[in-house]
Amino acid sequence: MRLDQRLIAGMIRPRTRVLDVGSGDGALLDYLFRNSGCDARGIEIDMREVTRSVAHGLPVMHGDADHDLVHYPDNAFDYVVLQRTLQAVERPREVLRQMLRIGRYAIVSFPNFGHWRLRMQLLLRGRMPMTSVWSTPWYDTPNIHPCTILDFLTLCRDEGYVVQQWMAVDEDGERAPWRRSIRLANLFGEQALFLLRRKDAPR
Amino acid sequence: MDQTNPVTPLSHQHVTFPDGLQLDCGFHLAPVDVAYRTYGTLSPARDNAILVCHALTGDQYVADPHPLTGKPGWWGRMVGPGLPIDTDRFFVICVNVLGGCMGTTGPRSLRVREDGTEEPWGTDFPAITIRDMVRAQHLLVEHMGITRLLAVVGGSMGGMQVLEWCATYPEQVFAAMPIATSPFHSAQNIAFNEVSRQAIFADPQWHGGRYWECNEIPARGLAVARMMAHITYLSEAALTRKFGRRVRTTPGRGATGGPGSLFGEMFEVESYLRHQGSTFVRRFDANSYLTITRAMDYFDLGAEHDGDMSRPFRGTPTRFCIISFSSDWLFPTSQARLLARALNQVAANVSFVEIDSDKGHDAFLLDEPDFDRTIRGFLCGAAEHAGIG
Repeated sequence: MRLDQRLIAGMIRPRTRVLDVGSGDGALLDYLFRNSGCDARGIEIDMREVTRSVAHGLPVMHGDADHDLVHYPDNAFDYVVLQRTLQAVERPREVLRQMLRIGRYAIVSFPNFGHWRLRMQLLLRGRMPMTSVWSTPWYDTPNIHPCTILDFLTLCRDEGYVVQQWMAVDEDGERAPWRRSIRLANLFGEQALFLLRRKDAPR
Repeated sequence: MDQTNPVTPLSHQHVTFPDGLQLDCGFHLAPVDVAYRTYGTLSPARDNAILVCHALTGDQYVADPHPLTGKPGWWGRMVGPGLPIDTDRFFVICVNVLGGCMGTTGPRSLRVREDGTEEPWGTDFPAITIRDMVRAQHLLVEHMGITRLLAVVGGSMGGMQVLEWCATYPEQVFAAMPIATSPFHSAQNIAFNEVSRQAIFADPQWHGGRYWECNEIPARGLAVARMMAHITYLSEAALTRKFGRRVRTTPGRGATGGPGSLFGEMFEVESYLRHQGSTFVRRFDANSYLTITRAMDYFDLGAEHDGDMSRPFRGTPTRFCIISFSSDWLFPTSQARLLARALNQVAANVSFVEIDSDKGHDAFLLDEPDFDRTIRGFLCGAAEHAGIG
């Protein structure tokens, strides 16, 4: 399991209901079931990963964040997780709304477009940035909605979500040291990880 | 075509339920024989039973040779020691469906008339539904002292039974695998069934369904029905790969005349279909075919619950694994997805996999490694969650 998935797992209370949107190889689901006794389920767009997960006994269904969350009832889950995918969905704002409709908490991670290397490349070279995190050229990238940590915070404020916890994470998933200053995190954090809750959800 | 004795006296392992069943159509059918096969050993806690539901023309001989044809069981590659449905671990039950012709009460079974004489039901056999089939299976499962099935698994019409099990006896199904199936029979599928039935009706040897009186069977009509249906089980890609446009070169084997005549030579695909048709009539009863295809046509899980397909699953404790095949145009993935979404609406525990295959609907009976892995993995996961070692 990636290090940032350990951080995510650490945000999830034991024996809760979890939906992992974009569950990939199912590592987080497996961990949550075995170590936290969670009722953890997944949605995954890549059919090979779905087959692999189900073949490991994990409950995963083929689907995606844009089209399948809408079919779940309100409050079906305690946590809905979206890992490193928000920037690639068709309608990020709607996906967040759905996540916080069907779950009381949303855990969202995304690559931070405000990182200094991206800013510098664009400033100095005048070309779309290419880094290890943003590694595909503009014409091939699935990342159609990149945002910075500050952008995301603004959206949360506009939508009325409470940021219960946030952290900057580097590419390997290690927690970055920028814990106090959002501005520094926005400059030096490669990935961001947020725990959101609805206003009516208990702390 | 072979002319088998229409009432073949064959004994099948079965249990007779003298009180019978109250059918959906209102008729009380009694007594009811339920024929079945089992594989593996039932655990002392009776918690390792898996019910396998067969498709339209299948039967209970899932993993041992067919008593009429001698061919290996229809899912012998899936059910057995060490196989994905592992009989070293699980106790597997397969039941001939109600209305069938392999020992469970159906149109070929004898009934006692008012004057005390016996004759087959024939077309007087009451209309049955998929739920009636499931009720008959339920009688047997309870008779075996099994209060909860670890899993109910089935493809095509077998998948309809799986869904009906979950809707009718939710607390008794821990895990369910509806495969290559749909929550309702589509207009296109009803249309194909109707062509099959008309082929049988058009056979002069059908004799209004009372063909046993003339010691005949409507072999030609039943064979045509099977040939037509068989095409719907395949795909264009599979037919092309298997046969292409190849012609059988044996001269004079056509339907009429020798070389040079219109039907002097035969495409391999024609020969294959004829073979499928002729072997089928040896083992299947025409009236059973009519009864069971009708039961499939009536199947509509939503309609049974005021048009709400998710309602029968509200609060369901069952773990579902829905499987479809990419080239299946008889029960396409789009219909499986409707089912998956209906289950999402009630926040059921659902896995949903589409297996990439060019083999069409029949892929669930054939060699598909991803499919095998999915079945094995899901059942192992279910066993783990059920606390079975």
